[in-house]
Amino acid sequence: MEHVMGQIINGLQLGFMYALIALGYTMVYGVVKLINFAHGDVFMVGAFVGYFGFSQWGMPVPVAVLTAMAVCAVLGVVIEKIAYRPLRYAPKIAALISALGMSLFLEYFCSLKFVFGPNYRVVQRPIEEVHWQLGGITVSNIQVMVMVTVILMLLLVQYMLFKTKTGMAMRTVSLDHDAARLMGVNVDSVISATFAIGSALAAAGGVLYAIAYPQIHPFMGIMPGLKAFTAAVLGGIGIVPGAVLGALIMGQVETLTAAFLSSQLRDAIAFGILILVLLVRPCGILGKTETEKV
Amino acid sequence: MKQKYNQTLLLIAAVVIFYALVKTLIYFGVLSSYWQLVLDQSMIVTIGALGLSIIYGFTGQFSLGHAAFYGIGAYTAGAIGKTIGHGDILWFIIALIAGSLAAALVALLIGLPILRLRSDYLGIATLGFGIIVKVGMDNANKVIPVLGGATGMSGLPRVANFEIIFLFFLAAILLVRNLIYSKYGRAFTSIREDEIAADAMGIDTTRYKTMAFVLGCALAGLAGSLYAHRYPFLHPASFDFLKSFDFLLIVVLGGLGSLSGTIVTAIGWAFLLEGLRFVLGEQFIDFRGVIYALILVVTILMRPQGLFNGKELLFMKPPRLKTPVIKGEEGPHAGLGN
Repeated sequence: MEHVMGQIINGLQLGFMYALIALGYTMVYGVVKLINFAHGDVFMVGAFVGYFGFSQWGMPVPVAVLTAMAVCAVLGVVIEKIAYRPLRYAPKIAALISALGMSLFLEYFCSLKFVFGPNYRVVQRPIEEVHWQLGGITVSNIQVMVMVTVILMLLLVQYMLFKTKTGMAMRTVSLDHDAARLMGVNVDSVISATFAIGSALAAAGGVLYAIAYPQIHPFMGIMPGLKAFTAAVLGGIGIVPGAVLGALIMGQVETLTAAFLSSQLRDAIAFGILILVLLVRPCGILGKTETEKV
Repeated sequence: MKQKYNQTLLLIAAVVIFYALVKTLIYFGVLSSYWQLVLDQSMIVTIGALGLSIIYGFTGQFSLGHAAFYGIGAYTAGAIGKTIGHGDILWFIIALIAGSLAAALVALLIGLPILRLRSDYLGIATLGFGIIVKVGMDNANKVIPVLGGATGMSGLPRVANFEIIFLFFLAAILLVRNLIYSKYGRAFTSIREDEIAADAMGIDTTRYKTMAFVLGCALAGLAGSLYAHRYPFLHPASFDFLKSFDFLLIVVLGGLGSLSGTIVTAIGWAFLLEGLRFVLGEQFIDFRGVIYALILVVTILMRPQGLFNGKELLFMKPPRLKTPVIKGEEGPHAGLGN
């Protein structure tokens, strides 16, 4: 039983991590209806910047996280400006290919020798890992830190979306670009803001990931990015609580499969569940099915 | 009728000239065995990409799992070639048929439930399926030891040569062209343009969507089967979701709803990847991925509707029939979020 509880805690940690990345996916998707394949690579850049921050430049962890978030926010906006904005009125698939291209570019550019280098780097943890016993369950301080940070950021995003002007503009743009523009919303700056916030969240996720699973390399963004995106789809893409719910489910499924079945099967089972859920609810768990327009 | 006659002649002439050119280049040693490999690979990729062109370019079903079917074909044909075939030409043909059929059968089984999904959701479901197949290949040796699992499968007979691959390349092009300009092809494009309208016009959309998917995947299976008999080594990493993106890139960059676009881009893509090695040389080989990615982004920024934008080269047009592609300013409407 304790073993099971321990695994569930591990699953929560992984799920929260996915949630941070999935939030960015879902926000961007909600506003521009684009699968931003480069999002996982922004997460990677965030992990590297954070790693350099606390291990090379001697920053305290919170400062390193903030630095990574700032760098990635700028990176996200630049990517949007260069690769997605010119294609805003082109067929959707063109923007998707451009996103794939940006993803490849970031991966290969970061693995150049004078950038981050192609090798795996082992991250020296900036904080000593401490295990606490809580009623028979072992929780580490890193797990607590991850969960607290993620919950904090989730609340911030919810607050931003529903209590601020930017948030209202985002929801408006998400509903209808043209109508939003007619109502005086500056659509371009709203989209930039969405990319900035989404990328900053991914960067925070990256640094936490580097601390929790201490190994980083330029291609590390692919799988977590894909999983987080799947989580967003699972919960209903474009819906913030859906992204968190989907991410928590993915985290649990993966950890429990790895612990009790086989670690090699965890991807297969996670994606199998995704397909099954989509068959029953084609727009995700919290998604609303749109009526077909004729 | 006169036009049809000319077109057939043109096609035959093009084929003969191409074949003669390749053979001459090989004879004079211009085309090294390495570049012959690239040429064969480009034709194999074309066959697979034509399959995705039917599924996505013409029927508008966003599939991100194409490499899975390519892999299923390769593994099926490879297993037959390795265990029973041993380079025998008859078994080679049986292996090709088996590889294509296996891919088609799996496509039918997975397609019937998931093709009900739309746009991005279909893409994600097929992507997930691709990952499941990859996990299956990684662990295949636990059920069938001959498949090799995560370490790969080696010792395959190398039966497929340039002539055989070229033959299948031509056959695939002809088959797909004739299909696209038949009654079925028109049903496919009508589903791409507006599924509800197509349904209202009495087209059995489920049947045609499944048919396009199964056929496209069978072509991927055929391409995989040829691949298994051209290269002596199969590895699950060659069939993961990144490979699916390659097929998608080719079809989209070529222009949705353009067979010429798919063919030209597939060949160009294979040569670009290898050509970059030579252009960059030893010193700058690390930059290959960066430059490849940049070419990708710049191309799509400059031609968002694809290189061919739904147009066809002269001999890809069917005799007497007008092309079914709508020549609007926007190009075909297949795509995400429509």
